[in-house]
Amino acid sequence: MNFAASWAVPLVWAQYFAPTEISFLLAVKWFLWLAVAFFGLYPLIVAYMVWAERKVAARFQDRIGPNRVGPLGLLQPIADLIKLITKEDIVPRTADGLVHLLAPILLIISAFMVLAVVPLGLGYLDSDTRQWRGIVPVDPPAGLVYLLAVSSISTLGVFLAGWSSRNKYSLLGAMRAVAQLISYEIPQVLATIPIVLWTGSLSLVVMMNKQLEYGWFLFSPPGLLAFAILTIASIAEVNRTPFDLPEAESEIIAGYHTEYSGMRFGLFFLAEYMSVFGVSCLGTVLFLGGGTLPFTTFPFLTILTETSFSYILCNVLSVSLFAIKVLGYIFLMFWIRVTLPRMRVDRLMNFSWKVLIPLSIVNILIAAIWYEFVLRPPVHSYWNIPLLLFSLPIDANVVEGWLVTLVLVLLSVWGMLRIFRGTTSVPQVMPAPRVALRPTAAR
Amino acid sequence: MVIFNYVFIGVLFLGAIAFALGPLILMFIVAPRKRSSTKGDTYECGLLTTGETWVRFRIQYYVYALLFVVFDIESIYLYPWAVSYAGLGLFALIEMIVFLIMLVIGLVYAWAKGVLRWV
Repeated sequence: MNFAASWAVPLVWAQYFAPTEISFLLAVKWFLWLAVAFFGLYPLIVAYMVWAERKVAARFQDRIGPNRVGPLGLLQPIADLIKLITKEDIVPRTADGLVHLLAPILLIISAFMVLAVVPLGLGYLDSDTRQWRGIVPVDPPAGLVYLLAVSSISTLGVFLAGWSSRNKYSLLGAMRAVAQLISYEIPQVLATIPIVLWTGSLSLVVMMNKQLEYGWFLFSPPGLLAFAILTIASIAEVNRTPFDLPEAESEIIAGYHTEYSGMRFGLFFLAEYMSVFGVSCLGTVLFLGGGTLPFTTFPFLTILTETSFSYILCNVLSVSLFAIKVLGYIFLMFWIRVTLPRMRVDRLMNFSWKVLIPLSIVNILIAAIWYEFVLRPPVHSYWNIPLLLFSLPIDANVVEGWLVTLVLVLLSVWGMLRIFRGTTSVPQVMPAPRVALRPTAAR
Repeated sequence: MVIFNYVFIGVLFLGAIAFALGPLILMFIVAPRKRSSTKGDTYECGLLTTGETWVRFRIQYYVYALLFVVFDIESIYLYPWAVSYAGLGLFALIEMIVFLIMLVIGLVYAWAKGVLRWV
């Protein structure tokens, strides 16, 4: 039986999914994660993020913010929830009912599932590999790809919401949202590639471990640039000011959720803040070392004496460090929101395609060179690099490979020169700009 | 076994649906329900909506979507390279530079062609 046919045989798959290896303890662990973290802690964090944002924004704008419900307005999220649940649920007559209901659920699913692979702390030390296992429900080997794939489902939810409402403002918001989300998804993905390159893994737990070894990835030129790109793209991905064009209230009412009321609107709100939490966790794990201190492995390996108390101490420390970093990251997002005005739509698209994407592509190359010079074990010290060119084993495949590469490089340079010099006549789909390669934002 | 990592993700998927449906069901029970024909109208600042809503949109969105597909697939190709970069050495770096240059040419071409102009 060939490989292609084997995909159709359910038995082949059944043996992978047969729950013979899920032990009782594992099931208990998963249940605890689901009940305590996903149904308790994360919604609580999200609810108080809304409160914190209102308080922070109020301070920035010289107001007091919510202070009526409970001390310091601390019960405000609960009051909001009760209000949202007891409001009438209005669906427009012409809307597509099923899709209208499905859209916020999709957004919640996307925001929820992102958090499944984020390590919240160090966990316990694997005595064989000397690697921390991370406080994380699952640690799939392709964790980062999973995370990015799941977070991009939100684009679909946003579009379905705007489309199914059958409202012109909603449709405008949805189209804008899709254009923006897909444009900023590329820099977001490309900005994570330096980290993958340095750690040689897609697992977020491995990334956290490597930062114990190398120090935070933020503290390197390509890491800093990648962090900036990731932060900007993440803010755009979660539709927050200055990238909140899909819900620009002064032009298109509320964008894609114009026709949502009551708890359905509440779900959009919840999903947005949960995504903010998710991208903050992502940025923290990738660049700020997760639950580690900068420059040093100090407390974790020295206070660890293999007793359970020392493990608890380590984890309390690392989880609080993680929480502080995530809070700082979220505060940064609040700060940006209250400081910057909304962008214009053409500048928004230009910024992604003409600034962020070229920058992140260049950054990948810088990251590879940085790896060669700084991070790679000293076996390949940097004066070996020119030698490597000539010390390759002579093999028919290698020669062929170099020849193909040479031809491709020459072709690429030739094509680039032709486009830059303008010797090719490029037919214009849009009215021709005066100078083809000048960003239009300069006008 | 690696595949069992994903069982939790399936459970989480169901959990997320339950988490979203819970408040909605509560709302269906608790919230008042007074239908009227005005409430069911499409919201348009008080005016009645005229004409078809699901109209054809300008081509620009579609062109960006095409570019997105190209670059998204590119980034998927970059991941395997990045994961095994440490073991591949200089040749992989040069190959990837060639790959990236070709993609940048695509971007430059689209730029020169005026595709990246919004208005």
